[in-house]
Amino acid sequence: MSGSDRLTSEHARRRGRRRLILRKVLGSILTLIFVLVFNFFLFRVVQTDPIGSLFRGRNVPAETLENLRTAFGLDKPIGTQFLFYLKETAQLNLGISYQTRQSVWDEIVVAIPPTVALVGVSAVLSAVIGTLGGVIAAWRRNTWKDQSITSGTMVFYSMPDFWLGMIMLVLFGVVLGWFPVGGMTDAGSNETGLALLLDELYHMFLPALTLTLAYLGEYTLVTRSSLLDVMGEDYLTVARAKGLRDVVVRNRHAVPNALLPVVTLTAINFGFVLSGAIAVETVFSWPGLGKATADAIRGPDLPMLQGLFLLFSAAVIFFNLIADITYSWLDPRVEEI
Amino acid sequence: MSLAMQRRRATAGRVWKQFRGSRQGMIGLSVLAIFIMMALAAPLLADVRELSPVYARAAGNPQWAPPGEFPPLGTDFIRRSVWAQFVWGSRVSLFVGLAATVLTILIGSIVGILSGFVGGRTDAILMRVTEWFLVIPFLPLAIVLASILGRSVWNIIFVIGITSWPSTARLVRAQVLTVKQRLFVDRARSLGGGGTHIVGHHILPNVSGLILANATLAVPISILTETTLSFLGLGDPTAASWGKMLEEAFVNGAMTRNAWWYFMPPGLGILAVVLAFTLIGRTLEEIANPRLGGR
Repeated sequence: MSGSDRLTSEHARRRGRRRLILRKVLGSILTLIFVLVFNFFLFRVVQTDPIGSLFRGRNVPAETLENLRTAFGLDKPIGTQFLFYLKETAQLNLGISYQTRQSVWDEIVVAIPPTVALVGVSAVLSAVIGTLGGVIAAWRRNTWKDQSITSGTMVFYSMPDFWLGMIMLVLFGVVLGWFPVGGMTDAGSNETGLALLLDELYHMFLPALTLTLAYLGEYTLVTRSSLLDVMGEDYLTVARAKGLRDVVVRNRHAVPNALLPVVTLTAINFGFVLSGAIAVETVFSWPGLGKATADAIRGPDLPMLQGLFLLFSAAVIFFNLIADITYSWLDPRVEEI
Repeated sequence: MSLAMQRRRATAGRVWKQFRGSRQGMIGLSVLAIFIMMALAAPLLADVRELSPVYARAAGNPQWAPPGEFPPLGTDFIRRSVWAQFVWGSRVSLFVGLAATVLTILIGSIVGILSGFVGGRTDAILMRVTEWFLVIPFLPLAIVLASILGRSVWNIIFVIGITSWPSTARLVRAQVLTVKQRLFVDRARSLGGGGTHIVGHHILPNVSGLILANATLAVPISILTETTLSFLGLGDPTAASWGKMLEEAFVNGAMTRNAWWYFMPPGLGILAVVLAFTLIGRTLEEIANPRLGGR
């Protein structure tokens, strides 16, 4: 192949990838629009009179209610209302919480960092430990190591994550008293800086351990199965025939080729970081998005639920896009996903 | 026709023989059988009146009694027997899990078969919708729907069914696409067989094994989703499942009291049933796809 030919084919491949990414981005935007339409109509079905329910049980003159309805555009036809909703959403104006009477967006923003910290740490830990477990299980297939790893992860995978959290909380919090039983900081403490951070980490330990154990199983099972697929390949026999040590064959030749599905799984799971710990956050009264969701259910605080649902969906759509793009970089064979 | 029936019976016999040879499959089946018998025999195992706090008070039950004081499983915050709640809760949890799975598989199979068999624009539209549902985070969607519809067993079943069908649809579609290429479908078509005939007599029998394995693996997801929804307060107040038990235990302070006899049984029940279905499903999958052997 001459130099100019190679240039052209490289050029074509790059253009192909650019087109693929563009199509993925457009697809994601389309999905987001679908979610917006869905969200609008879903809540419109039950909420025929949002102003009435906002001031339910309070003595507000009918005239004021009427003015508010006009102000929020609720007397307009449904199409106009939808456009109004789009405009408001674009400006992050997600309505007012029934419970706190604060703006939904303000309520959500303060709950994002605790959730990202807790679930982010657990997602990384479970991906690393789970993948290692899967590699060991597959490489030592059908030995006691494999059997204990596989059955152990299946047990954790089969229990409700919040129930595991309840056991952790009672065992290490109530009975042994090693860890706090909930919240993000000690009530009434006014620490700052490093002391505050350490206190937060101390509070985060049990919920993070719970989530890590709950998420592990998926990584272990996927890694194990993917590595078992690779283990029959000829290039491993070649590597062994060259006289390479078992560890080298595993770490240099087998594992890199088996990791692709794990990468996808990780990227997809990161999309669920925001919405992943609803019940576990509730058990540990961790002041994040999950607990906000549980509180909104008890209301029911529909504007809050609507805002949270939108945020959760947007996060998943965004990370799916990232996963698709990463995938096309890692595996050049992927032209059509 | 009778030949086809005979062949199908022979296949079923072969599958059963292979299943019996699998240790994990038989363990799963035995555990499941125990719980199904418990759910069916609930009236014999515990008086339904024991679920009522009024009855429990009149009977003079102690409050928060550990199992030693009130066998076999102690009492809760309103003096009700935990054993009675556990036995009757198994009915609700199993029923919701199975019914939701039936709905999931029904929607998923119809969409998958339509999409794969009809093809063309129908396929494009249905797959777009499926992708949308796959992207929307499943639990938040279920929460939103359940909050809007209200708290009842049937709404929970509906919510789980409507949110978890897409992966089944994709799997069935892929299988239908390969079956559609086979010669016997061409033969049936050239003999003048219509769409309904081909789907009913050739496509469906060839994807039903996959659908069954998929259904077995979908039950755990349905049961765990029901548990989470109930724990978050979306469960039916008149029919308490194991998830609802966990919610009541949590909300009423079983944790700080270390009332393990209240929150351990329902969780262990869920764990056992979910594990049983997972083991059965993996065994069926291995039989359907021998390449997976030993995974």
